[in-house]
Amino acid sequence: MSCCAPAAAVAEMPQGTASDEIALASRALGNGLRQTDLSVPDIYCGGCIQSIETALSALPGVAAARVHLSTRRVTVRWDAGGKVPPLLETLSALGYTAHLSDIDAETDDGALRELVSALAVAGFAAMNIMLLSVSIWSGADPETRDLFHWISAFIALPALAYSGRVFFRSAWNSLRCGQTNMDVPISIGVLLAFGLSAYETIHHGPHAYFDASVSLLFFLLIGRTLDHMMRDRARTAVKGLARLGARGALVKQPDDSAVYLPVNEIKPGMTILLAAGERVPVDARVVQGHSDIDCSLVSGESVPQPVAAGAEIRAGTLNLTGPLSVLATAGVRESFLAEMIRMMEAAEAGRSVHRRMADRAARLYAPVVHAAALLTFMGWVIVSGDMHRSIVIAIAVLIITCPCALGLAVPMVQVVAARRLFELGIMLKDGGALERLSEVDAVVFDKTGTLTVGVPALVSSDGWGRETLALAGALAKHSRHPYSQSLPACEDAGHPINPDDVSEFPGFGLEARCGDVVYRLGRPAWALNTDQPRCDVPAVVLSRDGEFLAGFEFEESVRPDAGDAVAAVKIDGMAVEVISGDSEAPVRKIATLLDVPYRSRMLPVDKVAHVTALARSGKKTLMVGDGLNDAPALYAAYVSMAPASGADVGRNAADLVFLRTSLLAVPWAVAISRGARRLTRQNLWLAVCYNAIAVPLAVLGHVTPLIAAVAMSLSSLLVVANAMRLSDGRAAVHDRSNRTEPSMIVELAQ
Amino acid sequence: MIDFYFLVPVALGLGLIGLLSFMWSLNNGQYEDLEGSAERILLDDDRPLSE
Repeated sequence: MSCCAPAAAVAEMPQGTASDEIALASRALGNGLRQTDLSVPDIYCGGCIQSIETALSALPGVAAARVHLSTRRVTVRWDAGGKVPPLLETLSALGYTAHLSDIDAETDDGALRELVSALAVAGFAAMNIMLLSVSIWSGADPETRDLFHWISAFIALPALAYSGRVFFRSAWNSLRCGQTNMDVPISIGVLLAFGLSAYETIHHGPHAYFDASVSLLFFLLIGRTLDHMMRDRARTAVKGLARLGARGALVKQPDDSAVYLPVNEIKPGMTILLAAGERVPVDARVVQGHSDIDCSLVSGESVPQPVAAGAEIRAGTLNLTGPLSVLATAGVRESFLAEMIRMMEAAEAGRSVHRRMADRAARLYAPVVHAAALLTFMGWVIVSGDMHRSIVIAIAVLIITCPCALGLAVPMVQVVAARRLFELGIMLKDGGALERLSEVDAVVFDKTGTLTVGVPALVSSDGWGRETLALAGALAKHSRHPYSQSLPACEDAGHPINPDDVSEFPGFGLEARCGDVVYRLGRPAWALNTDQPRCDVPAVVLSRDGEFLAGFEFEESVRPDAGDAVAAVKIDGMAVEVISGDSEAPVRKIATLLDVPYRSRMLPVDKVAHVTALARSGKKTLMVGDGLNDAPALYAAYVSMAPASGADVGRNAADLVFLRTSLLAVPWAVAISRGARRLTRQNLWLAVCYNAIAVPLAVLGHVTPLIAAVAMSLSSLLVVANAMRLSDGRAAVHDRSNRTEPSMIVELAQ
Repeated sequence: MIDFYFLVPVALGLGLIGLLSFMWSLNNGQYEDLEGSAERILLDDDRPLSE
């Protein structure tokens, strides 16, 4: 089971009020049960299912726990009467990081289920009618033919009524608004084909188009279902943002008791008790306590900031080491978070609307088809004067031009592309994003959390010895500070340290007493005797009774394959840039390493302004970022990507989310999207060629039901087969990188 | 000709049975988690799948 025991990130470990958050996020099912949906991205195999379900079901109060492997989610039903079960803690102990998820699985299920049912009915009807039609085409005598036409009519009528609803409804809505969409010619074609066939059947005519009208619905429904699966996966980012991290906080009451209040009931002037490991719910000022605050998601600063009484802290930052009492200075509506929401809404409103390729094709399509059918009808009336014949031919034109291949051309490619992306650990939110991604010509990276990973790496030290390192490791085990967690944990500590003797001084460091000796690990000014002269103080020192033992330097670690990814993107001829909210030095370091231009100290507003400026200069920008401060820019960009490790907001705002740590996901996704664009174009051309051959035949009156059925099926199969050719993006990226100089990974390793 | 009177209904009936059983399994949630079901077959437990 080595595959399914990923190390839990300790910083994510929920503490204290997590259970209140679960209660706030759950929904009542009635009959005394509540349901909580957790998103657990690390579930991979059957072993994971078993260990999670067994562990969660064993908790007191849990009625049922069910893992959903396809969506990597766990649904837990628990008894509303009792205490909230420690769900996150249990998952953490098993080695899984879990996030509360609010998406109502049931809301969007309904539409898909309706489409699949409609598809099943249409498939059944098409199959049986086709069976009857084949015997008619192979030369049934008139009596049998009439009987089979009648049977077909009785199968087709309920099938059209049930499966056709999807199209009729949309066509009617569009007609009522005085517009026309793809569904209008479809509905007219299907209904006219049925009406004509019914007329022919009653009058013992030789040709009936029941098979065409039903199989048309069947093919179109396949396309529609695939399209729905692609399109409706997108969720509104704003909804997700409002639920970021802190859903509530412990608020101190006048009588000194503490009450857990939902975040929107917190008013300025209230005193909030903030435990270590909690996110700051609203903008606030520290009144009591010391701690370190992790601002990386909010401002992009990579180094945790020490805070003490009087310091201003912003909503969304993470309290790392010590408990704090803070005074709310703004309500939730005036907080940093709300400001971000407003900026995101503004950015979304300002974003130019991207017209999907299929929609653009559809706009041209409907008027052309209607005009062609009408002209055919008028032409035949003038030439032959035979009303009945003219109507039959005009309807044949409508049937033959019905956009089966066109309806499948785009969604089929997108579904295959989404599948390829999923195999590489990249989630695509909607098909439109894939089209936009293929047109990108500039890439803007955020630094903290995107080009780098959150965990700092230990780079150098003075005075390292096996023993001192072991000692530092043993001390560091007791802290949640990111620096402590990147110190290697050594088992064979030369100095066995009793956990009870270790105390953490938030904002300063750790102290351990072994007999008379006092060890300190932390800020130099605190750990060393102040009069000790040292000019080049490292970030963290280990001391014994104030004497220097060892110093440790930390550096942000670059995300795996960042160099290769940036190089691959550059080879594609895209302009690459780094914009970060961090101070100049760390940004310069990373940017020089990757050899790209950079901008530092960018506020969220500046990022949006920069991205919009790029757009105005004609660039189509891909923004890759993870933090809260990137969210508005992610929205403003032409298309955006975020790592799954980022803030929920970033994940929600981005069009694509990559689950694995490697940054190569960016060039891979671009390569796949470009392949998809090429195939979509080919498919649209195939559909055009098909019409170019079939329409003249239909206009000249040579299309029988047999030809219509064969042409429709063949063109659809061709389009589907072509979509399957989409290759994995890795090969394309690899080929191109090999043609250039040795990659930068060598530099990065040093 | 007389063959049609029972052969066609039999053919349609069989198709209809297939359609109805598909609808039943769809509404019964059997297509919700295809990957999960594939893995669960290997798990060794006797608990019922749904309570």
